[in-house]
Amino acid sequence: MGQVTLDKVRKNFGAAEIIPPLDLRVENGEFLVLVGPSGCGKSTLLRLIAGLEEVTSGRIYIDGQDVTDFPPARRRLAMVFQSYALYPHMTARENIAFPLRMAGLDRDEQNRRVEQAAQVLNLADCLDRRPAQLSGGQRQRVAIGRAIVREPAAFLFDEPLSNLDAALRVGMRLELAELHARLKTTMIYVTHDQTEAMTLADRIVVLRAGRIEQIGSPQELYRTPQNLFVAAFIGSPSINLIGGDAARQYSAHTIGIRPEHVAVATGHGIWRGVVTVAEHLGSDTVLHVHDTGVADAVTARVSGDVPVRSGDTVYLTPNGDCIHRFDEEGCRIPPPRNPSRLPEHSKDVCDT
Amino acid sequence: MARRVSRRHKWTTTILAWSVAMLIFFPVLWTVQTSFKTEAQAIADPSRFFDAAWTLENYVTVQQRSDYFRHFWNSVVLSVGSTAAGLIMAVPAAWAMAFVPGRRTKSLLLWMLSTRMMPAVGALVPVYLIVRDVGLLDTRLGLVLVLMLGNLPIIIWMLYTYFREVPSEILEAARMDGASLIAEVRTVLLPMALPGLASTCLLNIILTWNEAFWTLNLTAVNAAPLTAFIASYSSPEGLFYAKLSAASTMAIAPILVLGWISQKQLVRGLTFGAVK
Repeated sequence: MGQVTLDKVRKNFGAAEIIPPLDLRVENGEFLVLVGPSGCGKSTLLRLIAGLEEVTSGRIYIDGQDVTDFPPARRRLAMVFQSYALYPHMTARENIAFPLRMAGLDRDEQNRRVEQAAQVLNLADCLDRRPAQLSGGQRQRVAIGRAIVREPAAFLFDEPLSNLDAALRVGMRLELAELHARLKTTMIYVTHDQTEAMTLADRIVVLRAGRIEQIGSPQELYRTPQNLFVAAFIGSPSINLIGGDAARQYSAHTIGIRPEHVAVATGHGIWRGVVTVAEHLGSDTVLHVHDTGVADAVTARVSGDVPVRSGDTVYLTPNGDCIHRFDEEGCRIPPPRNPSRLPEHSKDVCDT
Repeated sequence: MARRVSRRHKWTTTILAWSVAMLIFFPVLWTVQTSFKTEAQAIADPSRFFDAAWTLENYVTVQQRSDYFRHFWNSVVLSVGSTAAGLIMAVPAAWAMAFVPGRRTKSLLLWMLSTRMMPAVGALVPVYLIVRDVGLLDTRLGLVLVLMLGNLPIIIWMLYTYFREVPSEILEAARMDGASLIAEVRTVLLPMALPGLASTCLLNIILTWNEAFWTLNLTAVNAAPLTAFIASYSSPEGLFYAKLSAASTMAIAPILVLGWISQKQLVRGLTFGAVK
């Protein structure tokens, strides 16, 4: 079991309210990712769940039990820190066995569980090395091993991959996904990297200034962002946000169109502009187009390696099926009942 | 990029460094050398530095007249005892200041350290009366307590500095792993701060070993350490230079040996955290 419930949890640091009253329920076995920009309170929220910070008000329940006043160790949670937080004077084996030692398990049981975790995490060869003698990926695995052996109700991950290089991060991300599939234990994961959020999560919680902006599956957040903040935060490259006359045509204050939903042509299209930067990624080409008259820059992503260079003139056409409309407050406008009131190429504005 | 140093500059600084080192070391050298002279040679004018006849007579006399090993044992008990007692007091204090600091922690630390700037003689009468009234005059326990309290600000300050170098995430990880506060300190914090802890102990042992104000004023016979042993050979007329030097050499030898053996550890501890 591993259901985590936050009931009107609030956190103040002095006079500053970091997290206004917040409700959240993490289902048993779920992989929930908390994302948001720096300083949005996602790590604080995780630390509140872990018991490393005290709540100002509100209650925290784990499997229905009120653990608000419990110390971290009694909450049956395991945490993996951004800096790994390994004990430098202990070997990998001693690090992994540490929680078992603290729990008073006998040495045979400790060894059995350590060996089991080492096998799962491919660490068998480096158990007798100290953290300083391990690579970044191995250190991260030891930190995860230390969490696994406790057999916790839920795992808490605080930006665990941010200290790894790009290649290793992709590999570890996959390993984490496999680990979750194998253990089926609740995981609450904090990151500011939306690619990690999108690839790992069952559900994503987008936070801004301690408030939940939207909760949903990665697809829901991507396809139906409930406000401009979520629309701008989720997706890479970022969504194009366009206001003015172009938005008014769609009966909106602002419209959003994702780069992959902008068609690029050299002959004709709705918006004409000049390519300032062309990023040839191999599988895709990302074009940053200026002087379109609708926004400072419009980003378009086209499949494959297209022969467009900086300085070329191109024509852009948004896919009317995938335009997101927002009002003055930045909130999503539901799809119109009468699509005929919209421009011809966007009659069926998509919401899914 | 490394700075280029000319050969001439290198020689000049080497000679200068050796000159300063010899100047500092000269009194020790003079004491050791005088301890091997006869009393007549020790007070001869001009002093004969290299061609004096070497004798062990002073050492034999000193050991016969006074019990060196009793004083030595008292010094060991006082320095080790006050260091151990100081650590027991200082570890929790430094932990609290490093990991749960309050608004006035820095001011408190500075105030504690400032008490070391006060001349000890300023507190002689009240301390003497308190120690006398509780019946601890000329006892090891009394001196251990007084010396421990005297050095406590330095121990706390040093431990505080070393503890602050330990990432708080590691201690939080230990808490998540089920470690109690005592287990967290014992199994994680202290082993991680071991270089600093060792240099704190060494420095405190050296300071206590050399302490000559309280040890002379609060002891007479029973708890008298090596400083009192040396003082017993001093004379206003200067008649016992050679024996005084022999007593001094015997008193400083153990701490010199300890310092020599542990110099690497001392330097490592004193510069701990200075470079990441």
